[in-house]
Amino acid sequence: MTPNATGADAVIDAVTAVLLIVGALMSLGAAIGLLRFPDLMSRMHAATKPQVLGLFLVLAAMGLQMREWWVWPILAVAWIFQLLTVPVSAHMVGRAGYRTKHRHPELLSADELEAVVLRAAGERAAEKAQEADSAMPRNGNGGRNGRNAGADGGPSA
Amino acid sequence: MSRKRISFRAELPLLVWLVVIWGALWRDFSPGNLVFGALIAVVVARIFYLPPVELSGRFNVLRAIPFAVVFLGKVVAASFQVMYPAIFRGPSVTNAVVAVPLRSHSDLMVTATGHVISLIPGSLIVEVDRSTSTLYIHGLNVRDQSDIAKLRKEVQDTEASLIRIMGTRAEVDALQAEGWPAMRGAGS
Repeated sequence: MTPNATGADAVIDAVTAVLLIVGALMSLGAAIGLLRFPDLMSRMHAATKPQVLGLFLVLAAMGLQMREWWVWPILAVAWIFQLLTVPVSAHMVGRAGYRTKHRHPELLSADELEAVVLRAAGERAAEKAQEADSAMPRNGNGGRNGRNAGADGGPSA
Repeated sequence: MSRKRISFRAELPLLVWLVVIWGALWRDFSPGNLVFGALIAVVVARIFYLPPVELSGRFNVLRAIPFAVVFLGKVVAASFQVMYPAIFRGPSVTNAVVAVPLRSHSDLMVTATGHVISLIPGSLIVEVDRSTSTLYIHGLNVRDQSDIAKLRKEVQDTEASLIRIMGTRAEVDALQAEGWPAMRGAGS
């Protein structure tokens, strides 16, 4: 920021100020959401998403103030990495939260995953029982291959 | 290394991306620096060998640019839509987990759709069923069936525009057969 700015400088300063304030407001919204939302998954929304826009606005403000062209590629790369990592972290926490039953069914108006999970769990149990039956007579490594069945499968309980 | 070698053309996007990062980090896009960066990129790609991402071989820039603009607009709108329940509804917010079947079965399209949907505030991927290519999405502030239908439609529309940008020919043709008008705004 330059004191007593005139012309183009004043416009750039004003735009920067707006970008910084809105970007900071996004972070404030995230903090409020973290405090106010009732369960893990709605908190995930507040914790991860507003930063996508908030960071973009703050980085844009930085780019405007630096007045150097070389800073733009770095800022773009920083934002792109944020775009690539945010959904993955949100998905991992959300998935772990759902699987460990950190959810409040009374807060959901619909849960179309639950039926699938129950069915998969039923199938898994049936498979296990079958495996246990067939592994019984043989000695030794019967218990080994039962474990990795669900490592990367679809929804599981 | 018994793995199948991938062609230089399939590897090119990765190499270009690595060179751009190299230039950005050095803050120097002079030809000498870029050539050296390209050399390092090739060496890195040879030594740290990853399974290749199966690109479809087509990328429509004319559709990608409006899609990016619409995406940014949606992120802005949705950011405020998440802020509103955070401040005014708080503990009494109602959510839903919605199953959305996708058209495409390619990993790239499912991943891209999931990313775009996750980045737009208010929706979060809880689970992915790769065999049926179904996304299970946790939506914030989804109260009734009409909200659910809206969320599902938005996800499928996003996938449609992504297919138009970088899907395979076959996927685009399938989309056409579904009755999608050829010129339709990205993401809407």
